[in-house]
Amino acid sequence: MIALGLTFLMPLAWVVSTSLKLPGQVFITPIEWIPTEPKWDNYFEVFRRLPFHLFIRNSFFVSIMGTIGMVLSSLTVAYGLSRLRWPGRDFVFTVLLATMMLPAVVTMIPVFIIFKEINWVGTFYPLWVPAWFGAAFYIFLMRQYMLTLPLELDEAAKIDGASNFRILWQVIAPLCGPAVATITIFAFLQHYNAFMEPLIYISKSEMYTLPLGLLWFKGRFGNFWHLVMAASMITILPVIIIFFFAQRQFVQGAQFTGLAGR
Amino acid sequence: MTATTSTPGIQTQPQTRRRMSAAQRRDLRDGLLFTSPFIFGVLALWVGPMLYSVFLILHRWNMLAPPRFIGTGHFERMLNDPLVGKSLVNTAYYTFVGVPLQLVVAFALAVMLNQQIRGLSIYRTIYYLPSITPAVAFAVVWVQILNPEFGVLNEVLHWFGLGPINWLFEPAWAKPALIIMSLWLTGFQMIIFLAGLQGVPKELEEAAEIDGANAWRRFINVTIPIISPIIFFNMIIGIIGSFQVFTTVFIMTDGGPQNATLFMVLYIYRNAFELFRMGYAASLAWILFLIIMIFTGIQFFFANRWVYYEGRL
Repeated sequence: MIALGLTFLMPLAWVVSTSLKLPGQVFITPIEWIPTEPKWDNYFEVFRRLPFHLFIRNSFFVSIMGTIGMVLSSLTVAYGLSRLRWPGRDFVFTVLLATMMLPAVVTMIPVFIIFKEINWVGTFYPLWVPAWFGAAFYIFLMRQYMLTLPLELDEAAKIDGASNFRILWQVIAPLCGPAVATITIFAFLQHYNAFMEPLIYISKSEMYTLPLGLLWFKGRFGNFWHLVMAASMITILPVIIIFFFAQRQFVQGAQFTGLAGR
Repeated sequence: MTATTSTPGIQTQPQTRRRMSAAQRRDLRDGLLFTSPFIFGVLALWVGPMLYSVFLILHRWNMLAPPRFIGTGHFERMLNDPLVGKSLVNTAYYTFVGVPLQLVVAFALAVMLNQQIRGLSIYRTIYYLPSITPAVAFAVVWVQILNPEFGVLNEVLHWFGLGPINWLFEPAWAKPALIIMSLWLTGFQMIIFLAGLQGVPKELEEAAEIDGANAWRRFINVTIPIISPIIFFNMIIGIIGSFQVFTTVFIMTDGGPQNATLFMVLYIYRNAFELFRMGYAASLAWILFLIIMIFTGIQFFFANRWVYYEGRL
């Protein structure tokens, strides 16, 4: 068990240790896992070579905008699918389930051409605007969660004359904390880790997100493994921090996803 | 049945019906209003593009000159394009060898974590973290792990008197190398399995134990059927994702060596965004789309033979 855990941990350990080494120490065998003199300056060197502060800013901008859109759209659409009864609802829900299974590759090229037609290629919009229309998986998650809330809540608010809009934002949404937390985490990481979309839509280097910036760094300074690893660590670190603070949400998210399978 | 029938005796009914329908109308209006982001999204990002790509399939277009109609020309071209067959075979290999292994590894990890062990949350973190880190970051590391000269993997093989293997530089080993790496990324599936295992009712296992079933039989006859929907879910999602693998190959091998890791999406990407053959790329995307749909359909067709849903006879 411990051996297996160490095996899984090894790549990350290698990143950390290499990122703190001198160039000459990188390929010494046997591998020196804990450098005797950690060279923290490698991290500053990364920022001196390429504008990583811009990549970080871009990544966070896209991820935050996308996450806000994903949370708001999931709440709104899931409310329409779980708390209201109307003809056509089941049809919309069926479409939703179907899009969860559709492979996105089929729309990659036409969507690119559409974004090009509206002059969005080379902007951040293609990276975060689609989230505001909701994604099937998150809407589904939220709907399943809303179905567990008693309908008496809505009825009581309706008797008080509240509109559906108010019921959603003042009664239902405040009770959806766990689902909102899960969607926040997943949506943030999805946008943060996104590679293909920035690759297709972003061309100016000052607009690169971290994955693109890291790839660029590797392309230019590929021989300086200690620096490439420091740059990788800069990219990974936010994920580790998020995971550390939100472990519960991850596990919860998996449990929701497990429900999705049933 | 029309609401306008005005027989005096049943006058109250049209009234209540009209009042009901006013509420129904409001619910319909609100229902459409609340789901409108999704409806618009499906139309703008799925239905519209899919219809548009039918146009693309029938035309040759480099995005500079106006599109030129060529009918089924792209499909004839595919038959003469050796890279299409190659990328299909590569993708199928990666999917049908990789996904079963991924499921086994993820499931085994989940079963281990489901025992009462110390430091559960630490192990959970270790196994899960790789699957949520940006692909570029770990791909860079794995290139080093798979390095034939100083890579850790070959060093480990050396302890057992094996190797050295030219992982990413030899056509026969490049796909296995990527599959080995994908096993390291099964954390998400693992955590879904784990959630499923924790949901297996203890009473059932105890009942089976009283009936004299040993641990192995309990596992096969109780645990597996109960979580079979989750196995099915992971399998469906895994196969759909695996058919569309892109980022890791793009970064690590870019299709090489000798096109041994040229997968479908990478080839589509090259045609679209490096060669600007939009029509040809869209046609390839449709082929891949249909293949994935067929395999998803087959899995659903066979699902009721082995997937057990509670409450269904």
